[in-house]
Amino acid sequence: MRAPGATTTRHGRKTSVGMFLCIVPFLVLMFLFSYLPLYGWVYSLFDYKPALGIGGSEFVGLQWFEMLVSSPTQMQQIGQVLLNTLAISFLGIATSFLPVLFAVLLNEIKAPWFRNSVQTLTTLPNFISWVLVYMIAFSLFTSTGLVNNILQDLGIVDDPVRFLDSGGPKVWIVMTLWSIWKGLGWGAIIYLAAITGIDPALYESARIDGASRFQLMRYITIPQLIPTYLVLLLLSVANLLNNGMEQYFVFQNAFNKDHIQVLDLYVYNIGIMGSSLSMATAIGMLKSIISVSLLFTVNWIAKRVRGESLV
Amino acid sequence: MATKVITPKLRNARAQRVATSRTAGARLTIGDLLFNAVNWFGFFIMVLLCAYPFYFLIINSISANDLAAAGDVRFWPQGIHLANYEQVFQLRGLPMAAAVSVGRTVLGTVATVMASGFLGFMFTQRRMWKRQFWYRFTIVTMYFSAGLIPVFIIMRNLGLTNSFWVYILPWVVQPFFIILVKTYVESMPESLQEAAELDGANIVQVFFRVYLPNMTPILATVAIFSAVAQWNSFQDTLIYVTDQSLYTLQFLLYMFINQASSLAQAAQNAGGNVGAIANAATSQTPTSIRMTVSVIVVLPIIFIYPLFQRYFVKGIMLGAVKG
Repeated sequence: MRAPGATTTRHGRKTSVGMFLCIVPFLVLMFLFSYLPLYGWVYSLFDYKPALGIGGSEFVGLQWFEMLVSSPTQMQQIGQVLLNTLAISFLGIATSFLPVLFAVLLNEIKAPWFRNSVQTLTTLPNFISWVLVYMIAFSLFTSTGLVNNILQDLGIVDDPVRFLDSGGPKVWIVMTLWSIWKGLGWGAIIYLAAITGIDPALYESARIDGASRFQLMRYITIPQLIPTYLVLLLLSVANLLNNGMEQYFVFQNAFNKDHIQVLDLYVYNIGIMGSSLSMATAIGMLKSIISVSLLFTVNWIAKRVRGESLV
Repeated sequence: MATKVITPKLRNARAQRVATSRTAGARLTIGDLLFNAVNWFGFFIMVLLCAYPFYFLIINSISANDLAAAGDVRFWPQGIHLANYEQVFQLRGLPMAAAVSVGRTVLGTVATVMASGFLGFMFTQRRMWKRQFWYRFTIVTMYFSAGLIPVFIIMRNLGLTNSFWVYILPWVVQPFFIILVKTYVESMPESLQEAAELDGANIVQVFFRVYLPNMTPILATVAIFSAVAQWNSFQDTLIYVTDQSLYTLQFLLYMFINQASSLAQAAQNAGGNVGAIANAATSQTPTSIRMTVSVIVVLPIIFIYPLFQRYFVKGIMLGAVKG
């Protein structure tokens, strides 16, 4: 605690504005990049043409929003995009127990050298870019890639398997598998940290009661990790619509496009590539509003359930 | 506070490991042995799946190019040569892209570290005018985004598209790092500041002379996260940059993957003379170029990551404390 009185002198008040002025340049940056773009939502009410500027563009009211729910082709397209988004998000949620399992099983390995090597090598993929992941996928899984070469050498297949350039809902699974490859080791770190925080007395007393190693895992380690798991689960529910676009952008091609376009990628594809800036703004805006509402909802749930907010 | 939180945990962990190893040594059943064997094997496979792709890129970039292009390099390098690494820097645009990538990583990291350190420190100052309000104003930006297009239009109106500064300025203020630093500073004794102020130092001097030198552990964490993010960034080039002299290595690699596939396709359409491209051990092939650029892109990460792993781990754990 600061000594009482020191902060309430007139001098103290004077420096306080000075302190504020010191951070103003940073607040300006923040305003420019985070708050000012919110004003850009008005573009969704215009037929915005960059060359004409907002003054020269035609005001169309809610035309883009109406189109989203009235034009059959548009509805079908956005429906597919939403389906892709939700499917990939749900697959992510359905596999979110894997890092827990990884941590619990790694904790059973007692040789420090092996444990540490596993941890280092399995977290490495988290720190490379999606472009590089795509490069790896490209060199291993194209029709002339390593995996197809091996499969053909062994005579398992005659024609190369088209891992990367085929469409259909299995694209969702392929994308989820790459996410797991990249994120599993890193995702487990938080649980490994949580395991080291479990009171050893719990294990000690259970062992005295004759608990086996599997019973320790089942009745002590896993239940102790559940609170952490639930927090992360709620956050991933809040991020249901935010898959990001980088992964899907690098993996997209003419064959898988229908099933790989998630909302973020769709906004990019129609906005920047297709120059329907206003439509893309409208979709992005709805996405942002839903995401923030979801965040508030899960935060409210978390408050009710565990008496502590998430954010 | 951070260290206080972690130390007892670590002590517990050590005690726990000692305890378990003692009992495990006492009675190992067949089931235990079987479980251990399967568990070790499982993690061995996991390590292989994670490490082999990197190894594959590296051995292919140094092997004879004709063998690599034919897909014959699988377990160890064959016909080792380093010509690829000389030749790849003669590719148009690559030296420039390397300079841009290094430049944004260095400058961007310095800017982020200094800004996070300074703001994290300033937000602990109770005397600051409307401190709570400005802190929330900063932190809340983590939870919403106007969306891709409005941000793109703002960037263009600010003249940041096709400008090097688009790689630096949007990254300067990062709420998550500010929270990390603020938490850390709050764990430092306030008497440090009081003593310096009695000696007549103003707030900026207090920061630079007293706090900054004592914040290295947390700033190292911020630096390493920020450097990796800068080095790996691809999306900002994609969205904001069309000027080829501002391409980064990541973006160039993406272009090479796509251009090479269209090149191979074109060769196939023209009568299948892909073999003609790949006829010598050291002449460039699409495969050799892609592999070599990938290794150049990934090597800094492979070298840096194990050295700084503890900082990464610390970062995620501090973030978890906050929730």
